[in-house]
Amino acid sequence: MKYAYYPGCSLKGTGRAYEESLLAVFRALGIELEELKDWNCCGATTYMSYDELQSYALAARNLSMARQTGHDLMAPCAACYLVLNKTQYYVQDYPWIGQIVEYALETIHLPKDIGAKVRHPLDILLNDVGLEAIKAKVSHPLNGLKVAPYYGCQIVRPYALFDSQRNPTSMDRLLEACGAAIVYYPVKTQCCGGSQKGTLPEIGLDLIRHLLAEAQRNGAEVIATVCPLCQFNLEAFEEQASNAHQFHFPVLYFTQLLAVALGIPLQDAGFQRSFNSIEPILTKKEIAYA
Amino acid sequence: MELKRVVKFEAERDPEFARWITQTVGGERIRHCLQCGLCSGSCPLSLYMDYTPRRLMHLSREGFKEEVLSSYTIWLCTCCYACMVECPKKINITHMMYALKTRAMKDGFYPKRFAIPVLAREFSRMIRGSGRITESRLVMRVFFKTAIWRMLGFGKLGMKLMRTGRMRLRREKVERRGDIVTLLNAVDGMRKELAR
Amino acid sequence: MPDPRTPDSPPAAKIGVYVCHCGTNIAGTVDVPALTEYAASLPDVVVSREYKYMCSDPGQELIRQDIQEHGLNRIVVASCSPLMHEPTFRAALTQAGINPFLLQMVNIREHVSWVHTSKQAATAKAKDLVRAAARRVRLHKPLEKRKVAINPNVLVVGGGIAGIHAALNLANSGKHVYLVERQPTIGGHMAFFDKTFPTLDCAACILTPKMTAVGSHRNITLWTYAEVAAVDGYVGNYKVKVRHKPRYVLDELCIGCQECVEACVYKEGRWADEFNQGLSKRKPIYLPFPQAVPQKVLIDPEACIEFKSHKCKKTCVEACGERNAIDFNQKEWVDEIEVGSIIVCTGFKTFDARRNAYYGYGRYKNVYTSLEIERLINASGPTGGEIVLRDGGKPKMVGIIHCVGSRDHNTNRWCSKVCCMYSLKLAHLIRERTGASVYNFYIDMRTPGKGYEEFYDRLLDEGVHFVRGRVAEVTDWPAHPSEEGKLIIRAEDTLAGFVRRIPVDMVVLSVGLEPQADARDVRRLFNISCSEEGWFLERHPKLAPVSTFTEGVFIAGACQGPKDIPDSVAQAGAAAAEAMALADAKFVELEPYTAHVIEEACSGCKTCLTICPYTAISFVEDKKTAHVNEVLCKGCGTCVATCPSGSIEQNLFEDQEIFEEVEGLLAYA
Repeated sequence: MKYAYYPGCSLKGTGRAYEESLLAVFRALGIELEELKDWNCCGATTYMSYDELQSYALAARNLSMARQTGHDLMAPCAACYLVLNKTQYYVQDYPWIGQIVEYALETIHLPKDIGAKVRHPLDILLNDVGLEAIKAKVSHPLNGLKVAPYYGCQIVRPYALFDSQRNPTSMDRLLEACGAAIVYYPVKTQCCGGSQKGTLPEIGLDLIRHLLAEAQRNGAEVIATVCPLCQFNLEAFEEQASNAHQFHFPVLYFTQLLAVALGIPLQDAGFQRSFNSIEPILTKKEIAYA
Repeated sequence: MELKRVVKFEAERDPEFARWITQTVGGERIRHCLQCGLCSGSCPLSLYMDYTPRRLMHLSREGFKEEVLSSYTIWLCTCCYACMVECPKKINITHMMYALKTRAMKDGFYPKRFAIPVLAREFSRMIRGSGRITESRLVMRVFFKTAIWRMLGFGKLGMKLMRTGRMRLRREKVERRGDIVTLLNAVDGMRKELAR
Repeated sequence: MPDPRTPDSPPAAKIGVYVCHCGTNIAGTVDVPALTEYAASLPDVVVSREYKYMCSDPGQELIRQDIQEHGLNRIVVASCSPLMHEPTFRAALTQAGINPFLLQMVNIREHVSWVHTSKQAATAKAKDLVRAAARRVRLHKPLEKRKVAINPNVLVVGGGIAGIHAALNLANSGKHVYLVERQPTIGGHMAFFDKTFPTLDCAACILTPKMTAVGSHRNITLWTYAEVAAVDGYVGNYKVKVRHKPRYVLDELCIGCQECVEACVYKEGRWADEFNQGLSKRKPIYLPFPQAVPQKVLIDPEACIEFKSHKCKKTCVEACGERNAIDFNQKEWVDEIEVGSIIVCTGFKTFDARRNAYYGYGRYKNVYTSLEIERLINASGPTGGEIVLRDGGKPKMVGIIHCVGSRDHNTNRWCSKVCCMYSLKLAHLIRERTGASVYNFYIDMRTPGKGYEEFYDRLLDEGVHFVRGRVAEVTDWPAHPSEEGKLIIRAEDTLAGFVRRIPVDMVVLSVGLEPQADARDVRRLFNISCSEEGWFLERHPKLAPVSTFTEGVFIAGACQGPKDIPDSVAQAGAAAAEAMALADAKFVELEPYTAHVIEEACSGCKTCLTICPYTAISFVEDKKTAHVNEVLCKGCGTCVATCPSGSIEQNLFEDQEIFEEVEGLLAYA
């Protein structure tokens, strides 16, 4: 199995742990990933508000190059995943947008076929690799570690391509296969505020506080995320959000938890990037780790 | 008590704005809005908005441009799509919010040094220049152009990020940067063509 | 002049052309005088006239007079659509003494003046059409309508309030009615309700007398736990096969004493009681509900031990004693009946609330559907009329959510018409019984019927809270200490302009109405159509709401579209009247534009047999040719077009007639 890999800007910056753990996990599962050569920023939500059509063109450039590789394109960052899929849908549903994008690709000598299949790592792990295969490779089970699975908004809305829109369970099932215990987390798809914490700090903080409070109320020990911005928001502002309740969760990427279960050394799974060490919790739960 | 007399005359409506919103991508169905309020009920940010999404939809389709573009709503929206999932009339609300944000930025309807338009502009500049975003540089640029003193509060977090290697200062860039500029210019050109 | 192509040259045609102004409907766009003048110049046209309203008495008198004075033998009327007035003009011809089928109508209204704006183009088109008609009508032959006797018996399918009312109406008029109901008892959905809006009449009190009347009427054959299996035939002469499901209890012997139910080896009920919407349990042998008609028990073979292991003590048989009404060996059986008309009243089903995951039905214990609450409220329901939560406690705050599965492009687009009213009714009853605070979450309050708005007024007086806003979510995660342990309803109060979170103990979902799950299969049985959404299709939404496009088959009640009890009863009465009219007319005349096989030309290839949508064609073995049953034939023309040897002709649409019309169109003036 081989996939083209689109990291997106965040995975090279604040989301480094995501990339590191993702690459380590896929390596351990024997799947080849090749970073898309000369990929450009997809634009995410910010560029979409600035100039919608240019945003589609930016995404289309990546899709066209990915199509050329002949492999499915894996986009781990939730925003990138959304924008790439959205571009494909809109180019199809609105012919005039398709026209503009096609023309733009032509001017930079790229083929107009942007039909590369955009996949999320959860989709690939569950549907291409399969839970059974992953379970077989779990060497350091997570011993009932209580995980609150936080999906955020972008991988299930508006396109629920591989999971239920209102109650996704792909991450739940994956982590359960690694031995974790998933806690009831009703706000698993509520928006974390995205970049609001930076631009409208009070409001952003309120949203983050809700998510942390709900995880705590349901007894979570760890929060697992799929999006670099969600992970950053929940981790970086934990202290600020603490008021009557003190929040002190490790906020990890699901790939990091998967890495622990697969016996990958913590160094190689980006654990040094977390603000708080994971080791106390692993020890407390008697989870063996490399 | 400070009294205000409010009555809206038809002359205050902007029919061009009403027409424009129905022509945006996603705005084709805005006339179908029942005003049921499901969007506002689902929106996590609606609690802070001056006009809830539902009200904004109605104000937009009626052409009350001033109210719509000066509302907090369009800036508070994080485009999380929660409103669209259950909308009984299948109206593409999120996309209309994007369009309103763009329009507000274009028409200059926001307070000076408001972070969101500044972020959008710096973001686009960085993409034009490098093809990719270097988060640390982007954040710093935005701080410079809005509220420099906020950087001080950011200091502790900044240290943590540096310590864990998540604040990379090295500029991320695409090799064929010329292509990016060509691409974006092509879009502009074609858009003007089609507008004619 | 006689056409050398046709074997029998028609007699010299004397055509009269009549052009209608239709007020300004036609004359506004078509130059009627010019058209009339043009028509006069066509070959064989003896008379050409124009008039303001041809369909009126004077207009028809014009035609009648001309026929008599000028000996006209072919008439062309250029006016509105034949669907409007073909019968009118045909009658005029009959009155004047010539065969009504020697008429050709030209549609210069719907096809010309209503769809074109250019006077010049419209008039030119009208001229073409009239010219074509004048050529065609020369070849028209006199035809006779066929008379078929009507069997006065009627089949009513479905024993809900509509079926019951229709059956009683017909039975009282002396007709024999077969009422076939799929459930083991009649009563339909109305039997579930406690009270009905807006009068708050007890549903059972007004329904059960009618049910009893049906059960004991000498003119009604009541078959419950039975379904229609096949329908053959045509209007006035339907042969219907009805399949009876075995109750494992003999109808003639059971008196409904229920001693067998008492004696059943299962001391407690274990299976979801369908009548109580699954809120209570029943035994394998049971009476559907206390007022069931017929009062006969039945056995559920999936639940009964005897069917699974054949080792049951059979205490039920013992209890039945000498009557010996229980028969475990009963098999299904089929009855064949002959009826003249059929009334389909198969009703509706409610929206499955599980489809709206965000309302938590099936996930949170205290989220109920409206039907479930009806059963709770009802004195003969699972809790004896006590409205309680799943754990037995009394609710202090109740939220009623309107439009669940209605007015929603994600589920059903339509408005289910009755939910606002029944939501108000439930609000009233819940408040009355429990004293709880009730919140109704609505989008629009639809109370259009007689006394309905006044009922709403009454509710407003009673202190029910009305929040205008479609509920976004029912959740159990609290955002405030006062919300702990409750179900929180989150909606925007659109009238106030902000989002509200209202914690309640019990949520009631006002589910919408949908067509029955097998509506599309059932409609095939009766050869009727469904609309896009799945409701049975009426012949005309305004002027023929209870008839269908199939002669002799009528529809009534909620199967035609969501409606309340008064409207269902009204439609049932209407359908009964139509069936009665058919039966009392004793004969029905069938249109003669049927197809017939020219035997000498038929090669016996049987292609036409399978493509006839009305199975009107059969194969005559000894002649090895096809034969069209002219009574079943609807004149669709499919066989005519399909026949490879062209040996099927259709009256009024013979090949030559069509060719002449085409030639007329193509011959430029």
